[in-house]
Amino acid sequence: MAFGNSGLPSFLTTKLDAAIGWARKYSIFQYPFVTACCGMEYMATACSHYDVDRFGAGLPRFSPRQADVLFVVGTVSHKIAPVLRRIYDQMCDPKWVVAFGVCTCTGGFYDNYATVMGIDTILPVDVYIPGCPPRPETVLDGLIKLQEKIQHQRQEIA
Amino acid sequence: MSSTPPSSPLDKLGAVSQSELLPEVLTLLESQFSGKVLSVCVNLGDWEASVAKGSVPEIMRFLRDDKRTDFKMLADLSAVDGLKMGLVPRFYVVYHLYSIKLKHRLRVKTNVSEEDPAVPSLVDVWPIANWFEREVWDMFGIRFTGHPDLKRILMYEGFQGHPLRKDYPVNYRQPLIGPRN
Repeated sequence: MAFGNSGLPSFLTTKLDAAIGWARKYSIFQYPFVTACCGMEYMATACSHYDVDRFGAGLPRFSPRQADVLFVVGTVSHKIAPVLRRIYDQMCDPKWVVAFGVCTCTGGFYDNYATVMGIDTILPVDVYIPGCPPRPETVLDGLIKLQEKIQHQRQEIA
Repeated sequence: MSSTPPSSPLDKLGAVSQSELLPEVLTLLESQFSGKVLSVCVNLGDWEASVAKGSVPEIMRFLRDDKRTDFKMLADLSAVDGLKMGLVPRFYVVYHLYSIKLKHRLRVKTNVSEEDPAVPSLVDVWPIANWFEREVWDMFGIRFTGHPDLKRILMYEGFQGHPLRKDYPVNYRQPLIGPRN
């Protein structure tokens, strides 16, 4: 290390990490993968009354290539699972996944031939938002938890 | 009047024959197709007819075209697996008909055995039967002879078995990706 043991490099990288984290957590571009009734609560959260734009997540992108956070909203069946996985693979790093509603968290009350028992069986999940469907306050709480996670993680700069 | 055979599995479903009160549609059906219409009844206020499997298209065509019945709409087509009810033969296919002009409804049932799960297709009578029959094939494994494109409609290609059959294990899953959970 050119800086020796002065502590300067670690000081710089942590400050840089914090600055990038701050920037990233307030410019979340979501990709809403909406398959079921939870979509109504997602829309309620996005609209002006709860206003997800207050948290810097107001612009959903309908292309996975432009999105940072994959919101999986609603029941995922085995038939749609390869599509969901493909959309996740199309997103650029850094990327995060939010499981919205119990169906995406665990399969919910479904226990049958058609339903994936939690999307974490097919892709990594960062934040789980329980509820059937979750109230908008719960969604915003989950979003704030995601922001905390983004802020405090090590920032990969590719 | 009522010719319900005592061994008919449909009797176990609480069907009550009320020969004096039969509506004109059912008496007409019985007189037109004696021997092919196995039984008619009014079940909890709904008109019901049980017919022989082979003559389903013929009877349906009559029900659609006759001025007195005028069932222009096939409202639903489904099936029941009577495995756990002890039905013999095991399945029956249910057709729900509706007349838009006369505003009356009719339920038509036909028995299907497990050894030969095939029913004549009604795509020529009502085109909507196409997707209904594909769904019944997908879920129950009942074939519809004469269907132009009988393939699965809800489950994916390569799915094994028919999930609404009562002997399909309730927790059995066939994921395309991911672990078997």
